[in-house]
Amino acid sequence: MSDQERAPSPVDTDDRAAVQEEVVPTGGAIVAPTGESRWRALLVPALAILTALIIGGLIIVFSDPDVLEQWTFFFSDPLTALRASWEAVFHAYQALLTGSLGSPAAMWTAVSTGEGLVSAFRPLSETVVAATPLILTGLSVAIGFRAGLFNIGAEGQLIVGAIFAGFVGFTLTGLPTVVHLPLAILAGFLGGAVWGFVPGFLRARTGAHEVIITIMLNQVALRLLDYLLRNPAFQRPGRTDPISKPVETTAQLPHLLGSSLRIHAGIILALVMAWVVWWLLFRTTRGFEFRAVGANPDAARYAGISVPATYIVVMTLAGGLAGLAGASQLLGGVTLYSLTPGFAGGLGFDAIALALVGRAHPGGIVAAAFMFGILRAGATKMQAVTSTPVDIIVVIQALVIVFIAAPALVRAIYRIRARRQVGAEVFTKGWGA
Amino acid sequence: MRLELRGITKRFPGVLANDRVDLTAESGEILALLGENGAGKTTLMNILYGLYHADEGEILLGGKPVRFESPGDAIAAGIGMVHQHFMLIPVFTVTENVILGVEETGALGLLDRQEARRRVEDISQRYGLAVDPDAMVEDLPVGVQQRVEIVKALYREAEVLILDEPTAVLTPQEIEELFRVMRSLKETGKSIIFITHKLKEVLAIADRITVVRRGKVVGSALPREANEDKLAAMMVGREVELQVKKEESSPGEPVLQVEDLTVLDDRGHVAVDGVSLEVRAGEVVGLAGVQGNGQTELVESITGLRPPLTGRVRVAGQDLTGARPRRVFLAGVAHIPEDRIEDGLVGDFSVADNLVLNTYYLPPFAKGLRRDDVAIRTSAEDRVRQYDIRTPSIQTAVRTLSGGNQQKVIVARELSRPVELLMAAQPTRGLDVGSISYIHEQIVKARDEGDAVLLVSTELDEILSLSDRIAVMYRGKVVAVIEAASATPEDLGLLMAGSAPAASKGLSDRGRKDRRRDPGKAPGSEQG
Repeated sequence: MSDQERAPSPVDTDDRAAVQEEVVPTGGAIVAPTGESRWRALLVPALAILTALIIGGLIIVFSDPDVLEQWTFFFSDPLTALRASWEAVFHAYQALLTGSLGSPAAMWTAVSTGEGLVSAFRPLSETVVAATPLILTGLSVAIGFRAGLFNIGAEGQLIVGAIFAGFVGFTLTGLPTVVHLPLAILAGFLGGAVWGFVPGFLRARTGAHEVIITIMLNQVALRLLDYLLRNPAFQRPGRTDPISKPVETTAQLPHLLGSSLRIHAGIILALVMAWVVWWLLFRTTRGFEFRAVGANPDAARYAGISVPATYIVVMTLAGGLAGLAGASQLLGGVTLYSLTPGFAGGLGFDAIALALVGRAHPGGIVAAAFMFGILRAGATKMQAVTSTPVDIIVVIQALVIVFIAAPALVRAIYRIRARRQVGAEVFTKGWGA
Repeated sequence: MRLELRGITKRFPGVLANDRVDLTAESGEILALLGENGAGKTTLMNILYGLYHADEGEILLGGKPVRFESPGDAIAAGIGMVHQHFMLIPVFTVTENVILGVEETGALGLLDRQEARRRVEDISQRYGLAVDPDAMVEDLPVGVQQRVEIVKALYREAEVLILDEPTAVLTPQEIEELFRVMRSLKETGKSIIFITHKLKEVLAIADRITVVRRGKVVGSALPREANEDKLAAMMVGREVELQVKKEESSPGEPVLQVEDLTVLDDRGHVAVDGVSLEVRAGEVVGLAGVQGNGQTELVESITGLRPPLTGRVRVAGQDLTGARPRRVFLAGVAHIPEDRIEDGLVGDFSVADNLVLNTYYLPPFAKGLRRDDVAIRTSAEDRVRQYDIRTPSIQTAVRTLSGGNQQKVIVARELSRPVELLMAAQPTRGLDVGSISYIHEQIVKARDEGDAVLLVSTELDEILSLSDRIAVMYRGKVVAVIEAASATPEDLGLLMAGSAPAASKGLSDRGRKDRRRDPGKAPGSEQG
């Protein structure tokens, strides 16, 4: 058996009828396919989202007192109960979509008449605003995954990036925008990079697990922000509550569609970075090293790649990307150009889920970030229209992650034959791996 | 007890693992089940042992149809299995290991150790299985641990005994001992199914041979009518060259010089203990030894994967002591690693990517930071053709290839660049006969082109057929270096088992000239 264990798939490729002694399942590992089966790769996330929406629908039904009341007459009048339930769910999800993407009719009217443009396109703008930082933090986590690192620290890296960007943004004055804005963005990258370098360095030099270190550094970053917001260098003059000075206008990211819509140039930064990360990972020798270390550190070492150096570089880059998310949030005006204690708002944690849903691929991450953005932006309207609590969105997001993390569950529900594990690539194996 | 399998068919998704297999083992018979890796032997035995269920077919034991839902059923019916990897608890005694799961209890549910111990002793005497019932399993040599496994099966009153690749981990002497035990079991009427892919052993011990290929029984033979070539052809499905063709070597300057090297293993114990060794250009030095006697660590420290504690490593005059893998590689060292899946390949990467795993950053594969995918692809196509790598495409994940083709990817990568020294560690382990002869050809070809080759192998046949000189490692030391021409498997076996003095005496008694004088030294240092 030892040969089978070392080589899980001794399939003779010149003869497909040759025998595979045992198909070894890869346990709960997240598996992404290579090449030929891209469609199948999308199938499981798509079904995971669908399943989460269905369960979310059930929760909507059960959390609505009016609908529940209909159910008490279920035996005398089952149709009414079912109809009421269906309508509750339908309206909730409809509100979710119009709240995040806008209504096509309103957009058409606005474009053709030139009136009401702002309100017609506000939902879409809000979705993009919500997706922007998620793309960047998602990339941060994904690049770590690719190199076999679990970056739980995007939250802290984002905060430190924002602190750096903010400091440059409101301390330096009198600079032209072409100098000041890039400088502030760069500062954001640097701040995050510093926060990513530390766990990378500790992992490389001492073997300290990056999961533990990054979690702890999240706390440090959070308290550092609290402290700085009470410090005269940061706190807004004349205020007693913890809020920073506003960023100079020369360091602000421009709004893309006029000042009444919040959509800002951060999305361009995010999309460019997604392309850069894709290029780095799949088109450069450095990216090859990252992926080799992630896929098989022993073989990477054998091939002369320095695993510790890779860990340091990757964590630094990951930190930098999360730092950019912080800079984008702050300089894009999402928080009215100032830092507050709740600035990060869990964006770094959502990113972990996002990287999983996006299968650690930049394209997947952009798509997943928009999906999360839709859920975020639509939730408010959904609550306003149907009195479905915003929290349902958190539940749906969580369910998506559960189903993505447990592909076997999704396959079982929809009776998809498990893909043979050969030809699949495992990019995260849990903490011990 | 007579065992019969009739029309056993087992399908896995996309694969037909067993295709209407018929098999009979009479009582008092040793049936050899011969086949390459992946031929379906293990699946068949797992069905017999209740681990899998056959899709079709039936099992008859003593003429009666039986159905096993679990290994428990199979054991109760009298089937015992000795796995290739022992299922023993190291910190338990032999008796404790044997009774585990079928403990006999006396009053108040207390363990009746005395009775168990007595039965273990009884079994070991009856079948000539020398084991100390009170010894701790972790202290026992591998061969004895295997005996414990057999005792375990017999304790459960097995009538049919399945031995899955039992000789893979044994020295030649231990193999002889095992064969002796198998014969005595046979005499008491037990049926033994001996699973292997080694032709010599089959001919030596089996009463009948059944050959499987691609899930089907392709033939049966009696040892006295068969020979190795015939069996190999049956097993592979075509004629294969078993004998390695090679000319006399003409060694040149020393390429690899290892002096007084000491290396620690992962647990901080001395694994390589003051080893000196020399490999010259144009010769193959075979490093023989039972697995775990420091060969792995020696190779790792030469190739830069494990820093040595003391000593020196020089390759072609360059001091590479403690150098990083990349420097070693740039100095012209090719390395076929012992564990090809763990160290030699990134399984999820494509064949093309694996072919540039250690050259990806050099021209023409890289232009600055950018990978040159065209160059990588072109070179991969060439290698695939040149080294006859059977893959659907160069973009196929290397994980999905057969072991032989995976090894060809490594060989192609390592040998398609200027090389001074080839380190080949267990280069054919787990490969099919066809791939083995191909890899052997490549090693001889590298030698003939003037490369120095250090071949590490636990297969004595491989060592004997490829080497020009043979160094034997035992407990971290090179205990002997002998000319291959004058070496015999028996001598090497004794040296591998650590009985060096007796071996030297025995050898000189037989009047051989070429004997080393100093056990710790290589002949290179004698010459110098």
